Amino acid sequence: MTFLTSRQGSSKLVNTAQVQMRGALYVAEARIRAMLKWFWMIIAIAVANPALYLISVGIGLGGLIDKNVGSAGIDGVKYLTFLAPALLAQAAIQNAMDETVFPTLEGFKWYKVFYSMNSTPLSGGQISLGVFLAALFRTVYTVLLYFLVMWLFGALESPKAWLAIPTAIFAGVSFGALMQAVAAKLENENIFFTVLGRFIMMPLFLFSGTFFPLTSMPFFLQWIGWISPLWHATELGRFLTYGHEVSASMVLVHFSILTVMLVVGLVLSARIFTRRLAK
Amino acid sequence: MSELLISARGLTKKFGDFVAVNGIDFDVQKGESFGLLGPNGAGKSTTMRIIGATSQRDSGTITILGKDPEKNGPQIRAHLGVVPQQDSLDMHLTVVENLYIYGRYFGLPRKFVKGKIEELLSFAQLEEKRDAKVETLSGGMKRRLTIARALVSEPEILMLDEPTTGLDPQARHILWDRLFRLKEQGVTLVITTHFMDEAEQLCDRLIVMDKGNIMAEGSPASLIKDYSTKEVLEVRFGSDRNQEVANKLRSMCERTEELPDRILMYSDDGEALLEQIYSAELHPKTSLVRRSSLEDVFLRLTGRTLIE
Repeated sequence: MTFLTSRQGSSKLVNTAQVQMRGALYVAEARIRAMLKWFWMIIAIAVANPALYLISVGIGLGGLIDKNVGSAGIDGVKYLTFLAPALLAQAAIQNAMDETVFPTLEGFKWYKVFYSMNSTPLSGGQISLGVFLAALFRTVYTVLLYFLVMWLFGALESPKAWLAIPTAIFAGVSFGALMQAVAAKLENENIFFTVLGRFIMMPLFLFSGTFFPLTSMPFFLQWIGWISPLWHATELGRFLTYGHEVSASMVLVHFSILTVMLVVGLVLSARIFTRRLAK
Repeated sequence: MSELLISARGLTKKFGDFVAVNGIDFDVQKGESFGLLGPNGAGKSTTMRIIGATSQRDSGTITILGKDPEKNGPQIRAHLGVVPQQDSLDMHLTVVENLYIYGRYFGLPRKFVKGKIEELLSFAQLEEKRDAKVETLSGGMKRRLTIARALVSEPEILMLDEPTTGLDPQARHILWDRLFRLKEQGVTLVITTHFMDEAEQLCDRLIVMDKGNIMAEGSPASLIKDYSTKEVLEVRFGSDRNQEVANKLRSMCERTEELPDRILMYSDDGEALLEQIYSAELHPKTSLVRRSSLEDVFLRLTGRTLIE
């Protein structure tokens, strides 16, 4: 058996300095390999989701709205133009969350793969960042696909419509990072999924100025928009794609809130990963 | 002169009020096969995780490959191969992919890992399963894959936490054979087990642990010599009579242990002892003379059996 004769030993083979530099990328590589096993499934969802929304809400409901509102439109534009940045951001948020929450629960609880990663030179922080980078990868390509479908449906009137792509991705990964930290802290995930789906994701989707301007909601419900990454991304997206009126200071606020979410999410997640693995 | 790879003094780990490891001392030499024997909850796995430079101690000192795991975790882990109690393989990936990504975690060049995978597949007898998803493997195959995975970086120390728990006898023997080959190759092994036959087969030297403490230390043979007699006579009188007879048996030999279903009698000559029992007109339902094992050592040290 060659195995028993050609041993060089880890002291010659292992390059710890390189792992310290690129560890997160190795983790992301492994995550993306696992993700690609579901490649067609992810593609199918990424295409079917916008197609269904665009047909039902965009074209169906939008047609009705456009007919009744007349040339003034919603926010001065056609309903689909108004809706597009929000749908894109929503898709980004959903995908980023799926790709941070599930692998994190799997890594700590279901298969415990994080523990075997951590028995190599990889640190908890690198594992956390690697999971996040893989989620970023998925978010980018789903948003691009979603955008393509919208274009095929003729939902993109504005020549600057593509500017909603970065804002959507930004919102997705900000929320994803935060949810990754939450998932890393979880001991019991069953209640979490019920709460997350029914009391967080659904209200955020409905009350973040997605289908109508936030300001047309009763004042006491508007706070939901303020804590929602979806609203901030949508406002930025509308501002960039068709010149939706937003003051400079509000642009800064939207941008800052998403940035804070991202940074806090990443820092917390790295810290929680490190602590939980060291128990 | 032998080289010291692991050295622990007063090693302590607590979880809240519970003391999992209670100030233990031990050393592991290069090329040695070192065992931690004890029942579930003895503190073996916790000790392993501290040696594995993932879990941090609460007090005491430990050096692994001359380094402190609190400061040099990644530098130590770079030279360890860890086989955890739970396989923790990536279920979504194939056998080959699992080996590949693990090799990458050590920063090994792609080309090296690809070559290494072929050796490891043959070592773990998994060539035919190379492209199978891990989910579909049997327990024994997963275990062999986990061991193969731990070897991808050619570690200085291979650490195995309960390597054969949950495996059928045949799978265990295949695994023991593989571990024996590694030992011959000079790889330092650190093994935890609650199977005394496994400890006897694989370990040059071991510590017997119970409730976070080290009860005894030595080679399997010397532990048996120090803490037990040469032979053991096991007699069964039926659960209702065992108690009544036990008092009479106690005076016949060095020591007895009364278990729920049988009585163990310690003597250097089991056959002679059995004759003595018959001549005293006590007729056991069954009797068995055997050599002392580590199980007897553990019973002597703790008053309990290893597997409860």
